[in-house]
Amino acid sequence: MTPYPSRRSAVALLALCAMAACSSSTGGPVAASPQPDPGGGPAAAARARADSARYPYTDADVRFMSAMIGHHSQALVMAAWAPDNGANSSVRTLAERIINGQQDEIVTMQHWLRDRGKPVPQPSRTGMTTHGSHHPMPMPGMLTEDQLRQLRQARGGEFDRLFLTSMIEHHRGAVSMVKELFGTPGAARDETVFKFANDISVDQSTEVARMERMLATLPSAEPSQ
Amino acid sequence: MVPNPLRSLSLAVGLLSAVACARSTSNSSGDGASPRGDMSTRAPSPDPRVGLRAGKMDAQEAIWNLRVVSKTPPAPQFVDVTNSDLAFTGNYAIQGNYNGWQVWDISNPRQPSLKTAYVCPASQSDVSVYQNLLFVSGENLAARLDCGEQGVQDTVSTDRLRGIRIFDITDIANPKNVGNVQTCRGSHTHTVLVDPKDKENVYVYISGSSQVRPVGELADCISAPQDPNSALFRIEVIKVPLANPERAAIVSSPRIFQGLVRPPEHGEAPEDIAAAEKEVAEAKAAGRFTATVQGKEQVVPDEFSGPMLDSLVQARGGTGAPTAADSATLRQTLPSIVEAMEKAHQAQMPDSNAGPTQCHDITIYPAMGLAGGACGGYGLLLDIRNPTQPTRIGAVSDSNFSYWHSATFNNDATKILFSDEWGGGGQPKCRATDKPEWGANAIFTLQNRKEMKFQSYYKMPAAQTQEENCVAHNGSLIPIPGRDVMVQAWYQGGISVFDWTDARNPREIAFFDRGPVDSTRMGNGGSWSVYWYNGVMVSSEISRGLDIFELVPSGFISQNEIDAAKSVKLDYLNTQGQPKFVWPKSYSLARAYVDQLERSKALDAGRITEIRATLARAEKGSAAETRDALTELVARLEGDVSGAEDSAKVRMLAGVVRNLGEETKFASRR
Repeated sequence: MTPYPSRRSAVALLALCAMAACSSSTGGPVAASPQPDPGGGPAAAARARADSARYPYTDADVRFMSAMIGHHSQALVMAAWAPDNGANSSVRTLAERIINGQQDEIVTMQHWLRDRGKPVPQPSRTGMTTHGSHHPMPMPGMLTEDQLRQLRQARGGEFDRLFLTSMIEHHRGAVSMVKELFGTPGAARDETVFKFANDISVDQSTEVARMERMLATLPSAEPSQ
Repeated sequence: MVPNPLRSLSLAVGLLSAVACARSTSNSSGDGASPRGDMSTRAPSPDPRVGLRAGKMDAQEAIWNLRVVSKTPPAPQFVDVTNSDLAFTGNYAIQGNYNGWQVWDISNPRQPSLKTAYVCPASQSDVSVYQNLLFVSGENLAARLDCGEQGVQDTVSTDRLRGIRIFDITDIANPKNVGNVQTCRGSHTHTVLVDPKDKENVYVYISGSSQVRPVGELADCISAPQDPNSALFRIEVIKVPLANPERAAIVSSPRIFQGLVRPPEHGEAPEDIAAAEKEVAEAKAAGRFTATVQGKEQVVPDEFSGPMLDSLVQARGGTGAPTAADSATLRQTLPSIVEAMEKAHQAQMPDSNAGPTQCHDITIYPAMGLAGGACGGYGLLLDIRNPTQPTRIGAVSDSNFSYWHSATFNNDATKILFSDEWGGGGQPKCRATDKPEWGANAIFTLQNRKEMKFQSYYKMPAAQTQEENCVAHNGSLIPIPGRDVMVQAWYQGGISVFDWTDARNPREIAFFDRGPVDSTRMGNGGSWSVYWYNGVMVSSEISRGLDIFELVPSGFISQNEIDAAKSVKLDYLNTQGQPKFVWPKSYSLARAYVDQLERSKALDAGRITEIRATLARAEKGSAAETRDALTELVARLEGDVSGAEDSAKVRMLAGVVRNLGEETKFASRR
């Protein structure tokens, strides 16, 4: 469980992401979006105007808020298995916290998108995100269908270890998505996006440290890959 | 001598922690409301904060044991932009805002008047003052050095300000930006440290929690965690020469997390802790083995102690069941075995740069040479006697805590309270379904300047809606003598005043709350911070402006206690630079102690009546009558000390009365 190989894999995924679906986010400043589409009604549009008044949001912000809904919803799917798969009580508590925290954050992202008249993704119940196409969009830290199946089938101590190792990667992926956002010209100037992305970064980094400690104290902790 | 079966140290540790984990299920059974001891006073029921009508400027309100002195909307330039933290100097309250900052003249708290509206966008615009200087934090990517409103588009730009702005407010109506200090991660919050030994400089601790900026924008901003010079895992200390604030600069970047290993963690609700303690006591009584693992005494499972005992039998060449002597040997060696196991275990943990990467906020208490750091997943205690080299002297962790937000010491520095900003302040963490120990305060006792011991959680108890962001946020002590009372902001959960004198049983004694900003969704609003300053409580409402409150006497707080609290006058206040309260001698102070002795029944009713009568006689009488009455009262009180339930408080009362008497003697000699 050394952090570095996994960090490399997150970077690799990011690179993949940049080549594929996210290619428009690189190379030159991103034009600010036009005035918010008043699809959410006049009140919502007014709120969005106030929020983004000075620093207009960008396509990168919209992509981040949309993608993170998919990312979060996989965490919800994983965490929901803890009680039935015989997780120990501290893993169950952690899972409960993750569900509570990320469910609320999904609502925040959906509101933000709705207020700006953007498509609002619904959390996926399978844990896989299709992002408008039939091909899963690779996002850093997300489990593949095979990995999800493996976790779904794990029980007891095996589940605990697999859950923690996967969730550590998953959280690191979210943190790297924030980092990518902040590195995109013009992005994260919108107040809600800046604060929200920052909160995800600090909360999930803190939770990664907690999970590493939990992983290290699991019974018969073998070095897992 | 380590017995053989401990070959697999990690397995053993695993067993023990598995036992610990099994016990940590917290059966959260509500608020455990057990009204104890408080004579005639009960919290209003049903709680009037539940179900308040929504509205931005016309929301329904609920209030208990407080009075609204004034509610003032923001200046036009700041409407619909987030109000943030507060600082105070003289008669002014300075209110940060993501669009700059506002100066309110609160010399008439019923009618605050806007003195200055300074537009200079940055989040969070955390503010502090010292003498003629104002410090303002900038963290976001859009804040500009020139205070311009157009933002900064480029990812690398010399126009960007992330760090601290310094203003000269000698003429508070015409502030001048006299300096800026740029830092790698900007300044989410900051803390101004006045070193009692240094009259020429003031120090600012910077806590930055955002992304490290590119090296191209600010040299030496290395984001790689593995790099020994990483901008993560540290705080910055800025030295500001008072005569030349433009020369302010970073003088050190202390790595206060270095070598931080997992501190003892209790992780359970108080009921779980009590149950665990009971289990240990019963196991001990039954002759079973216990060991302190990760700072917590736990029962050693038989499958662990059994083989160890067998190996002891083998080691002495014996056979059969272990004897009492074998048990005694194991009991004696167990602590060192566990310690060795823990050490071996820690050695496996990633060493450097494994702690938190930053603090959210640091509260310093210069009078005590201490600071409380709320840093990632940890609450740290720092020694700050050398201002540029704060050193860590204690650390706590808590599995119910998400993100450690801030710290408050009680006035004696015998307790420290940490708050958890679960969800970052933007999420509704006070619903009926959110656990009372999540997003709460954790109260610790503090012994020998280093030992922090968990006592309890406190969370504002009224269930809020899904539309109200609510979690523990900024607050300050209220200088009620002889008690630990605090007022605290809970965003849209309103403000809550609570007494934590009894660290195990904090209880709410006053509150104010509004309905949600918006009934249909989460709006931007609520109290960011509320601080006691010279007799009133000033609250920075994120969208509604500036609110000022007063305490009203209740079954929990008497008029005398309020008067004594109001007698404490500060020239300025930065709450994160915690001042030590000193109460001037006054009849109110003496009567406040008398009221407390009556409330706690430490002295009987007859004595209380006599003491009050004597104080009345002393206050109204001639100089000679006063002197005689006070002298007599001191003598009587000294007699009371030994028999009283609360002898310390009787002694404090005697001290105040003696001081009042000395003043009279001095006055009559003149």
